[in-house]
Amino acid sequence: MASTSSRTTADENAELPRTKLMPTTSMDTASRRSRSPLGFLRPLALTIGALVFLFPFYYMFIASLQTDPDTSVRGAFPDPANLTLDNYVAIDGAISLGRSLLNSAIFTGGVLLGTLVIGLLAGYALAQLQFRGRGFMFGLLLLVQVVPFQLLLIPLYVQLIRGYGLADSYLGMILPFLVNGAAVFIFRQFFVTLPPELFQAARLDGASELQVMRLVAMPLVRPAILTVTLLTFIGPWNEFLWPFLVTKEASKQPLAVSLANFIGSQAGREENPFGAMLAGACVLAVPMVLLYILFQRHFNATDIGSGVKG
Amino acid sequence: MSATVTTPTETAAPSRAPRTALQRIFGKQPHGLLFILPYAAFLALIFAYPLFQAVWISLHDFFFTAPGVDVPKPFVGFDNYSAVLSDPAVRRSFLNVGIFLVINVPLTVLVSLVLASALNSAMRGRTFFRVAFFVPYVAASVAVVSVWLFLFSGGGLVNSILGPLAPDPSWLVNSAFAMPVTALYVTWKQLGFFVLLYLAALQAVPKERYESAAVDGAGAIRSWWSVTVPGVRSATFLVILLATITGANLFTEPYLLTGGGGPNGASISPVLLMYQKGIEQGQPDVASAIGVLLIIGVILMSIVIRRVTGDD
Repeated sequence: MASTSSRTTADENAELPRTKLMPTTSMDTASRRSRSPLGFLRPLALTIGALVFLFPFYYMFIASLQTDPDTSVRGAFPDPANLTLDNYVAIDGAISLGRSLLNSAIFTGGVLLGTLVIGLLAGYALAQLQFRGRGFMFGLLLLVQVVPFQLLLIPLYVQLIRGYGLADSYLGMILPFLVNGAAVFIFRQFFVTLPPELFQAARLDGASELQVMRLVAMPLVRPAILTVTLLTFIGPWNEFLWPFLVTKEASKQPLAVSLANFIGSQAGREENPFGAMLAGACVLAVPMVLLYILFQRHFNATDIGSGVKG
Repeated sequence: MSATVTTPTETAAPSRAPRTALQRIFGKQPHGLLFILPYAAFLALIFAYPLFQAVWISLHDFFFTAPGVDVPKPFVGFDNYSAVLSDPAVRRSFLNVGIFLVINVPLTVLVSLVLASALNSAMRGRTFFRVAFFVPYVAASVAVVSVWLFLFSGGGLVNSILGPLAPDPSWLVNSAFAMPVTALYVTWKQLGFFVLLYLAALQAVPKERYESAAVDGAGAIRSWWSVTVPGVRSATFLVILLATITGANLFTEPYLLTGGGGPNGASISPVLLMYQKGIEQGQPDVASAIGVLLIIGVILMSIVIRRVTGDD
């Protein structure tokens, strides 16, 4: 007993000077750098970084509220005499915000529905079911990830818009994004960690495979469903190029497209073109920024890398 | 949908019974094929067929016709490719991808690695910084472009701060600055993603290496250079690869920020040209040839990058 405790003390003593000389465990790098003459660099770098990243958003909001655009340095601070909501009224008059938001929501919702249904089915099959061609499909899934969508732009336009006449339709907008490889991959990675015996009992009880998936497997991969839902939201909501090609009719355009058209052509007609533009920009950007801030814990670099476009 | 519900029940039940004919042909759980079918159909329709079409169109004299009208589209070999390669606008767009890479890659690697290193420890406000850095990445480019248009416009905030130093003509309508500002915009917008990427890579660098660097008497900067930088080499490879793909695929930014790749095509991008030639001017064959050249370029670049950075 005594010997043990004395050894512990000796160890602690031996440990102390070393820790002072060169701290090693998890807090290590932080404490070492903050004590070095360059220690102030860390908060400095982070603060400058945060300012550079956030300022344009702050400025977007402030400028969207200005009666007269004030581009002097003073204009970056709110001036009570120069505040108005007129820009929001102006952009709503020019592109009909409600209609555009509804189109964005339908586009995003359709993509989300397709991604969850098709992605869960495919991910589950790739992880838990043995069938001929499974290896081939998994290889194909990885291959697809490296082909940029832009290469397929012209043939998809020829096929879907000219061939099937899907111009100005939600289906035409949604189809190329109906499911994405990243979602299938994330689902597969989660399903593959579940032990197959888990499903055997349900199968013997006569449950159909679809019931096994829905009632046994899916509740166990809720985090994957949340991650995929969040990632899938951002993609189509922000997507510009494809819906821009599909929709010529203003009443079918998602907000990203109608706002871009406003920036490109009509903005000049407004009394305060930048104000109206930035008001529209706030309406387009805020939902995704809020979604991200609320759920930031569920975003990680590898998932995002494969999931978000545009 | 109902088909997928019933068929599995029929085939899944005899799990220990001798294999049915269906199982011998399609594997132990043939209903797996039904589960994967929607995704396979999607890939065939939205990926495989268009990929084949892209190459086919680029080798033919292809033009848009009314649906149902069948007009011969003769095979023209590499005519579209030679038209594309001798077009100065196309050359300019590929040069612009180069300008983009020269600005984007060093800036991204340096700034995101510095910020990730600064973030890589438990500290107050860590979550705030992580979120702040990432906000531009999740916001729609169309929205963020508008504030950059405002900042860099002739009488914008950037020029009022610069005063007499402001370039004339202003940034986005100046052929020397239009592409660099576009590249800067994209770099800024995507930086947060690369900070997260490097952050993940940094956590995989063994702590012992920092210890032995400290034992050897290396200071903070020295150990950053000799331990951190080589430790995240494969993430750096990914940065360069993704930068190449991004640079090759720019569309929204030159379309909106510089009013369609202006001035005079100084900030034109290959995909913007594909849109202008293929859809606005009705030459999908030429546009497809640009697309095929672009993907070949990206593949070649990724092989070169792999060789140079020594990543396997």
